[in-house]
Amino acid sequence: MFAIFKREFRAYFTSPLGYVFLAIFYAFSGLFFYIFALSVGSTDISSVFLMMFMVLMVFVPLLTMRLLSEDKKQKTDQLTLTAPVSLLSIVMGKFLAAYAIFAIGVAVMPVYGFVMSTFAKVSWLPIWGNTVGLLLLGGIFVSIGLFVSSLTENQMIAAIGSFFINLMILLMNTLTSALPTGFLQDVLSSISVYSRYSQITNGIFSLSSLIFFVSVIFIFLFLTVRVLEKRRWA
Amino acid sequence: MIEVKNLTKRYGSKTAVSNISFTAEESEILGFLGPNGAGKSTTMNILTGYLSSTEGEAKINGIDILEEPVKAKQMIGYLPEQPPLYLDMTVMEYLKFVYGLKKCKLPINSHLKEICDLVKITDVKDRVIKNLSKGYKQRVGLAQALVGNPPVLILDEPTVGLDPKQIIEIRALIKKLGKNHTVILSSHILPEIQAVCDKIVIINRGKVVANDSADNLARNMSADHKLVIRCEGASTDVKKLLSSIPGMDEVFVNRENVEEGVSEYFLNAKPGTDIRREVSKRLASRNYTLLMMKSSELTLEEVFLKITTGDIYGNVADSVDKLKFTK
Repeated sequence: MFAIFKREFRAYFTSPLGYVFLAIFYAFSGLFFYIFALSVGSTDISSVFLMMFMVLMVFVPLLTMRLLSEDKKQKTDQLTLTAPVSLLSIVMGKFLAAYAIFAIGVAVMPVYGFVMSTFAKVSWLPIWGNTVGLLLLGGIFVSIGLFVSSLTENQMIAAIGSFFINLMILLMNTLTSALPTGFLQDVLSSISVYSRYSQITNGIFSLSSLIFFVSVIFIFLFLTVRVLEKRRWA
Repeated sequence: MIEVKNLTKRYGSKTAVSNISFTAEESEILGFLGPNGAGKSTTMNILTGYLSSTEGEAKINGIDILEEPVKAKQMIGYLPEQPPLYLDMTVMEYLKFVYGLKKCKLPINSHLKEICDLVKITDVKDRVIKNLSKGYKQRVGLAQALVGNPPVLILDEPTVGLDPKQIIEIRALIKKLGKNHTVILSSHILPEIQAVCDKIVIINRGKVVANDSADNLARNMSADHKLVIRCEGASTDVKKLLSSIPGMDEVFVNRENVEEGVSEYFLNAKPGTDIRREVSKRLASRNYTLLMMKSSELTLEEVFLKITTGDIYGNVADSVDKLKFTK
């Protein structure tokens, strides 16, 4: 697992991909930080976190599109799948590599807190809570992207496909509010990633949300392993 | 060491490999021969655990590849048809990655240096793989298979894309490796298999059509009782003379006047009769000068062609000769 992690992580910096993603992350979060905090003189950066949902929805697929599709195309999967490692550790290695890049991006968020603390008193708890929430959200996007990239050999299709799923996740929230109140709405809103994430940005960090996010990540990683497994039997 | 039993692989309704069985012992080089699309790569992919079989089993050193994949894969070095290279890495980075991936325990620097020297890629070890020539890429692929010194090497057309000098080097290397590894080598190049392998499995359309030692295969197909001669003298007289030899079935004038006054004949005696001495004696007694005599032994090429184009193993020698006679 560690060998794959190391290779994939390094690959992000031998191509422009890692730099581009981090640049986009920093640019947008910096822009939102300026708009929602600095320019209005507020120390509440929850809106920055909420806005990052849209940015990540679009750009995390760039990070993950290559992970498994390129292996299939270049036939390097013949190396990884015939090496004495389990499928899970291949998938985890790839996931953690993309996730590490994502986490490097997220690491800038507390920095904004420090910037603000030089001007005013900052309440750190929501910032840390939001950061954890963003890390969980990123985990979902990365695991979805990884899953979609296992389905195709084409990077572009992988990127567009995972963007599409991310979009569905967002639209599911809109759909929920369009439904009449009742059982269906309760179900949909409780599995809506967006509404759970916005809860966190509003300062409600519940155990059920934590379990929900981790479960979704787990499900997509599991599905990815199954796709690789299935390919052998095809 | 490697045991394949009744292996079958179907893709939907298409059967890629059908009921293949063979074994390779320790320190044996097994050649896997077949035309394109015969199922060589599929079989190798199953052996290495990349694909699963629909039916049958493949065991490496007694360990089933499907039941204990990690343990079995540990013993295999695999060079697929297209070397599985990460093009954005340098050769050394790549080999270190493979080293980590295979969880090797050998001392890394000396082990990788040894491999680089063995396949002669030391001078390109710091170059990015993307920029290497096809021959070098192939060698890096081979190097990758050798990392961790696995007891079993499975090489899918290892000399494709190399220049003649490199081919000879790689063959010599494989032969050397075969002394303490079990090697399975696929190819559609016959001299390669003939030069390197102890044992040959010929497959065609997913079926094993021959499975024997390299020498046996050529011998069984050969025909010592069938001779080609060239001799001076009038062809009708020579033909009459030779036809009277006991055990002679047929004398056939292949070409008249190959050289000035010299004709070429095919002699076909009953199986098991050695007519060479008698032919020579009789020709000498009439002062017909014998200029050439050779048994029409088949090369592996002819054997291969014949087997894979239809005739069943056993009648091959006959049918190949018919082919020649009627040319």
